[in-house]
Amino acid sequence: MNKLVKLFTIFISAITLTIASISSSFAKVEGEYIVLGSAISLTGKYSSNGVHTQNGYNMAVDRINKMGGVNVGGKSYKFEIIYYDDESNPKRAAQLAERLIKQDGVHYMLGPYSSGLTKAIAPVTEKYKIPMVEANGASRSLFTKGYKYLFAVLSPANQYLEVAIDLAVEKNGGKPVRIAQAFEQDAFSQDVRLGILDAAKRTGSEIIIDDKLPKELNDMAATLAKVKATKPDVLVVSGHTKGALTAIRQISEMKVDVPMLAMTHCDAAKLSKQHGKNSEYALCASQWHKNLSYKDKFFGGGKKYDKDFKKEFGYAPPYQSAESSAALLVFKDAFERANSFDRDKVRDALKTTDMQTFYGNIKFGPGGQNVAKPMILFQVRCKGDSCENKVVAPTKWASDKFYHPIPKWSERS
Amino acid sequence: MDLLIFQAPILMVQASLDGILLGILFALIAYGMALQWGVMNIINIAQGDLVILGGYIAYTMYLVGIHPAWGVIVSPIIMYFVGWALYKLVINKVVDRDLFISILATFGIAIVFQQLMNFVFGADVVVAQSEYGTTMLFDNSVTLPNSKIFAAFISVIYAIGLVIYMRRSRLGRAIRATAQNARAAKILGVDTEKVYAATFGINAALCGVAGALISITLTLHPYVGLPYTVRSFMIVIVAGLGNLPAVALSGMGLGLFEEFADYILGTEFRIGAVFMLLVFILVYRRFKLSKKREYLK
Repeated sequence: MNKLVKLFTIFISAITLTIASISSSFAKVEGEYIVLGSAISLTGKYSSNGVHTQNGYNMAVDRINKMGGVNVGGKSYKFEIIYYDDESNPKRAAQLAERLIKQDGVHYMLGPYSSGLTKAIAPVTEKYKIPMVEANGASRSLFTKGYKYLFAVLSPANQYLEVAIDLAVEKNGGKPVRIAQAFEQDAFSQDVRLGILDAAKRTGSEIIIDDKLPKELNDMAATLAKVKATKPDVLVVSGHTKGALTAIRQISEMKVDVPMLAMTHCDAAKLSKQHGKNSEYALCASQWHKNLSYKDKFFGGGKKYDKDFKKEFGYAPPYQSAESSAALLVFKDAFERANSFDRDKVRDALKTTDMQTFYGNIKFGPGGQNVAKPMILFQVRCKGDSCENKVVAPTKWASDKFYHPIPKWSERS
Repeated sequence: MDLLIFQAPILMVQASLDGILLGILFALIAYGMALQWGVMNIINIAQGDLVILGGYIAYTMYLVGIHPAWGVIVSPIIMYFVGWALYKLVINKVVDRDLFISILATFGIAIVFQQLMNFVFGADVVVAQSEYGTTMLFDNSVTLPNSKIFAAFISVIYAIGLVIYMRRSRLGRAIRATAQNARAAKILGVDTEKVYAATFGINAALCGVAGALISITLTLHPYVGLPYTVRSFMIVIVAGLGNLPAVALSGMGLGLFEEFADYILGTEFRIGAVFMLLVFILVYRRFKLSKKREYLK
C-alpha cells in the first residue's frame, strides 16, 4: 500500500513537472519575437476575405519589424504570427483558438475574418484571459457581452448605414423620409438593420418595406417590385457581396427608380467593376477609404498604404486589409505603453488606447468597439465606362459632392 | 403592407411573369434530375454544383471577352464529359448499391466540387453581363429582363430538343428501354453501362446549360449549389419520374407559388412556404420514393 502511495506521488509530481516545464518553454515571447496567433479563413466561403485579412496582418508585421520593431523594457522585439486555417467554420475556429493558446502558448491573439467566427473565438480568448485585437468582426452583439479582452479597431455594424438615413433626411429638407429595406437574415446584416431602425426612430422616419432576404436565394425581384409600387425615398440593402450584386443587377434590369440607394459590401463585391455603369450613384458604407487624411508614421497615409499594398500583393487593398494592418499598430502601441509582456498590463494598455493610424482614429469604448472612427459613405460615380468610389460623407472627409436624387433610369444614358 | 399585391393588381402580372420565367429555368435542371433518377435511380445531390460549375464555364468565357450567352453551347459540351467522367470514376461503383450509398457518394462529389470551384475561381460572388436590356410592359409598370426571357427560351429549346432526341435517336431509345427494364434491355443487346454513362453525361450537360443561363440572370458563388438541388428535387417529387410536361408545369407552378408567397407572406417565408407545400404534396400523394432496383453490370 505504502509503495502504491509512493508511486502515485511520483507519478503526480512527474506530471506536474512536465506541465510546468511545457508551459514555461512555450512562452508568448520567444527570443526577440513576440508571437501572436490567429485562426483565419484560408479555405471555404470566406477565403477571399480571409486572405485580405492575412495580407493586411503580414504587411503590418513586415513594416513594424523593418522600422525598429516593438520596444519593451529597452529591448527591441519583432512580431511573428502563427496562422491556422479555420476553413470558414466557427467550430473549427474555436478549436484552433484553444490550440493556439494551450499548445502553442500564444498569449496575444489577432481576430479571424467575419463576425460569426469572431463570435466563436471570443469566448475562448475570454476564458483564458488572452487579449485579442480583432479587425473583422463588426456585429454589435460582440460588444454587448461584457467581454474584457476583446478589442475591435472597426466601427460596429449598427453604425454602417445610420449616416445614410441622416443624409436622406437632410436632403429632404429635414423632414422624415420613407424607407424601404431588405436585409439578409444573418447577424451582421440584422445589426445593420437595427441601426436603421434607430435612425428611423430618431428622425421620425417611416419604414414602409422591411423584407428579410433568405440567404439561399439570389433573387429579390419581389422586394423590388414592391419598391416600385410604393416609391420610397431611400432603399437600403444589406446582404453581403451576394446581396449587393443581386440588388444592382435586378434594380437595373427592373428599372427601379429610387432617389437614394444605400448598401453595404460594395467594395468587397467589386461593384463598380462587375456592374460598371449600372452601379452608378449607389451609396455604400465603408470602414475605410484610401482618400481619407488619417496619418501614422508606419504607413504614412491611406494613399501610400494603397500604393505599398499594391506593390506587395498586386491588388488594391480592400478595407478588410487596411483594418487588419491597423490591428498590429494597436498591439505595438499597447506593448510599448504597458512596457511589459504581462497579459493584464497589456490588456489595460489596450483599454486606454487613443491613437491615430492611417486607417483612422482608434479609441476603445467599454464594450471593446472603436468609438473614435466614423463610418464613411462613398458613392459610385462613373466617367464613361470606368467607375470609381468617391467619398461623399461625412462632410469632413468628403472628396466629392453627394449626388442626389439618383436620376431616373429613363433619363440615364 | 403584406397585401400590397391586392392593392396594386399590376404586381400580380409582375409576380406571375417573374415566377414563370424562373420556374422554367428550374424545370430544366429538374428535368435532368428526373431523367437520371428514372434511369439509374440515383438522387444526385451534386446536381446544383454541376449547375454552378456550368455557370463558371460561361463566366470564364465572359472574362476572356466572349459573350457569356455562348456558354449555353460550350458549357453543356464540356459538362457532358465532366458527367461522363464522374460516372466512370465514382457513380458506376455505387450504381448497384442502395439509394443511401448513392446519396452519400453524390454528397461527397458535391463537397469536392464546391472546394475545387472555390480553389479555382475564388470565394467571391461573380456575375456575367449579357447587356440584353429590359422589356417594359404596361407603361413601365411591369419589367422583364431580357436575359430572363432568353434563359426561359433557351431552356424550352433544350427541353424540346431532348424530348425529340429521346424519341428518335438510338441512344435515346436505349435510355428509355433501360429505364423501363434494365434486364430486358441488356438481354436485347443494349450496353447498359454505356447508357448509364450517357445519361449521367446528358444530365450534366443540362446542368451546364442552366448554369450558363444563371450566370447571366442571377449570381454565381461556389457554395450556392444546394438550393438548386433542393428545388429540382422538389419539382421532380411533385411531377413524378418520366413525365416531362409535368416537370415543366411543376417547375412553373413552383416559381409562381414562390413569388406569390413572397408578396403575401413576406420574403422571409418564401422558402418556408415552398417546403410546406412539399410536405402537403408528399402527404397527399403518398409518394413512394423507393423504386425497385435492378441494375446490371
